[in-house]
Parts: sequence; C-alpha cells; structure tokens
Amino acid sequence: MGLLQKTDGSGTLLLAPGDNVAIATRELPAGTQRDIAGCSITIKSAVDVGHKFAVRNIAAGERIVKYSAPIGRATRGIEPGEYVHTHNMTSDYLPTFTLEDGRKFIEETK
Amino acid sequence: MITGYLRSDGRKGIRNNIVVSYLVECAHHVAREIVHPFRDRGVHLIGFSGCYPNAYSHKMMERLCTHPNIGAALLVSLGCEGFNKGGLLDTVRKSGRHARLVVIQDTGGTRKSIAEGQAWIEQTLKQLEQTPRVDMGVNELIVGTKCGGSDATSGLTANPAMGRAFDFLVERNARCIFEETGELIGMENWMAERAGTPELGREIINTVAKAARYYATMGHASFAPGNADGGLTTIEEKSLGAYAKSGQSRITGIVKPGDVPIAGGLYLMDMIPDGEVRFGFPNINDNAELAEMIACGAHLVMFSTGRGSVVGSAVAPIIKVCANPKTFKRMSDDMDVDAGRILEGRATLDEVGREIYDLVIAIANGQMTKSEALGHQEFVLTYKSFEPLGPACFPSAA
Repeated sequence: MGLLQKTDGSGTLLLAPGDNVAIATRELPAGTQRDIAGCSITIKSAVDVGHKFAVRNIAAGERIVKYSAPIGRATRGIEPGEYVHTHNMTSDYLPTFTLEDGRKFIEETK
Repeated sequence: MITGYLRSDGRKGIRNNIVVSYLVECAHHVAREIVHPFRDRGVHLIGFSGCYPNAYSHKMMERLCTHPNIGAALLVSLGCEGFNKGGLLDTVRKSGRHARLVVIQDTGGTRKSIAEGQAWIEQTLKQLEQTPRVDMGVNELIVGTKCGGSDATSGLTANPAMGRAFDFLVERNARCIFEETGELIGMENWMAERAGTPELGREIINTVAKAARYYATMGHASFAPGNADGGLTTIEEKSLGAYAKSGQSRITGIVKPGDVPIAGGLYLMDMIPDGEVRFGFPNINDNAELAEMIACGAHLVMFSTGRGSVVGSAVAPIIKVCANPKTFKRMSDDMDVDAGRILEGRATLDEVGREIYDLVIAIANGQMTKSEALGHQEFVLTYKSFEPLGPACFPSAA
C-alpha cells in the first residue's frame, strides 16, 4: 500500500489513501490550488499549519477519516477544499466507561 | 538476516549485556559503584527501590534479568529487604544465565561488596565472550513503540512513520507492541474493529475504559480547549496521534507488563494497574513504560519525540525518531531518524517508515543507537498490581 503523499513542498499531507481530509504542513491561503490523490483542490478559506481540509465531498453525517481511522462525523455537507474543524464536524465518541455505567444502571434498575 | 546471541534457554538477543540489579534503594550505591568502571562494556544498572515485596516488580525483575539481551545478572541485596532474592536468583540460574547474589550485610559492608561484585563482573565479561552467535530472523524480533516529549508534529510525522515500520515488521511476522492506553481514549471502538476476534475487541474496549477511569481518578484531563487551537477537533483526533504508532495491521492480542507475546503480530500493552487506584500514577515517566516493554521481551524500542527527549534505557537499545525538523536541527546528536523531513516535503511517510525499518535491522545487528553511544541507560521501576490476562487476549488459533 503506497501513500499518495507529495514530496514537492506543496504543504499538504494526506496521511493514508482513502482519507477524506488532508493536513496543511504550512499555512495555505484561500485560493491555493493543489492536486491531492488525483483531484484538483482549491482551498476555500485559509488553513493553518496542522489543521485539515476536505479532499472530496463529504455528506452530512458521514465519517471524517484521517490515517484510515474515523475521528468524528460531518455535521453538514462539506465540499473539497473546505476547512474542517468544530464548525462542520463533531466527535462521535461516547466515553466507554460512561456507556458501561449506563448499562449497569439499566441492569440494576430493571 | 540478523546475527544474534544464543542464550541457554533458546532465546536470542541482539546485545550481550550484563545487568547489575539492586533489590532495594539501600543497595543502590553499591550496585552503581560496581557498574561504574564497566559502564562502556555493556554492564547496565537496574533495580527496585522499594523495601516491601510486590508481585509485579518481582516479575519485572525476573523478566529483565532473563531478557534475551542479557547474558548474566548480578543481584545486590542489602540483606534485610523484603525482595525475594532467592527466588530471583533461582529464576536467573534456571534460565542458564550466569548469576550471582551479593548480600552487603553478609559480605561485610560497602567496600567488600563492591570489590566482590567487580571481580565477578570482570570474570563474567570474559565468559560472555564465548556466547554463541546465531542467525536470527526478523520473525524472531520483538519491537516496541513509544512516544515521549510529544508536540503537534509527533502525530503527523514520527508516529505514523513508526506505524509504517511496524506494518513492515508485522508483515514479516515480528512481534510488535504498542501501548499508552490512556492516550488512546476515543480510539477504542475503532481499535476493536481492528482486533483479530470480537472477544479481543471487547478486551481492548475494557482496557481503554480502565485507563479512562484510572486517569479520571488521578485528575488527568483528556481534551483541552488548547488542542482545538492546534487543529485537533475531537478527542478521537487527539488520540489518533498516539494511535498512529500502531500502524494499520490487525491487532493480534493484549499483553501486560512482563508478558512475552507468544506469536508474531501486533499487541497492545495494557500498562494500567488492575483493581482500585493505588500506588499513584500508573507510570511516572517515559522510562517506566520503556522498562515494561523491554520486560515483555522487546529487543529494542522505537521512540518518537517532537520536543526532544534524550533518554535511552538499560537492557535494550532505544531508537529516537524525531518528529519536528527544528528539534532535529537543534538536537541531532541525540536523534537517529529525521522524520520532520515529511513536514518539509523532503520525504514521504513510506520512505521514512522504510528507513526506520532498515535501522531496526541494523541496530539489531549491533549498530549502536545515538542514546546507546552516549551512554544513556535510564531505568525506573515502581509498585503496581495486575490480574492475569483473560483468554481472549492471546492470539487465536485461526
């Protein structure tokens, strides 16, 4: 499995093929154009170093995938090149120990 | 192919070291003095400070004194401490390794004990020159991974690159161990999907839940507002940074400190004590975790750092993978791999992953790591308590 990462100093990093977000390794101003995983992407609003942007269309409710792992879910439709952060995605995580406490509570109060 | 050292118990090591082990803090100085003149000749200092016996620390000491990189162990006891010194001596002898116990109170104090210990080391170093050399496949290697002194670059460069190196190692049937369950909170459901069996997946979820409870009791925060400023949106994404060290392979099993994985594959080390919270923080620093991975039989450990950790370890070499290009330029004497090139667009993750893999083989073949050459041999061991592993934690027959 090869990673589709550029070494041309383009300032973008796709951690694994199949990811729907990539990371800016330097600040990418709005209007920046980059080819990522075979798609031409235009950055819609500035993305800071270490922050991420969509590399394809992501539907509302779809998993955000980085390094092949789900890191949350889109709260609305996201277009390629759009900055992805707290304004358009949210955590999918319910703490495991809370889940267990909840289950135990339900068991005990049956 | 690797040329290793064959031990009498059939295990193969990549170093031919001796450990001098103090069995209580009161014997620490004598042990350190014994080691001092031999410190550049593969004689390493380890020990346990506590006076009261503890099953976990006894097991750790047994595993470290009979580690495949170790050919001989000198145990230094004050005499009245609670450590089961006879039991440890017996275990080391049964493994076929050279072993000796010096009891300071019986020997007649500091000076006589140092002299007796040093005479034994001198003679044992000569005997170890006779250790048979033997071919060793990549499938016979046990490799750990750990991060410390992390910064925002760790999860982007060094950790995923080490994950790629882990993928190469697992493909060749090496035994690979990752850990830090407390920093994997939020990833447990995804890790459970990567587990070899649903039962193992359940154990992984329980392991992370235990870590979450433990850290909550100790007052650790999980996701801070500052994380979002750095571009991390969710707890899952924050944990992804540490998680990336594990690579993409199927998860084969779980080990606890001192459990040696029995077959090739990827293992999660559960280092959080079982039962109620006692004895304080699970691991007081990076070296506590390194010692636990090494006690699981790790011949060497890949260690990523962004801010720039300098530590090595007793018993096993530590490979430093530097995540941050600025840190690398400042501290290159301490760093084995410059993974920050990925950020600068000078190398791909795959290329750095391959470089780390090749370095693992070279280090296994005797090349010194930076921390080894600098004489780093940090070691720490504290009190803990564990219950045995459940059956689902072992590799399935399938």
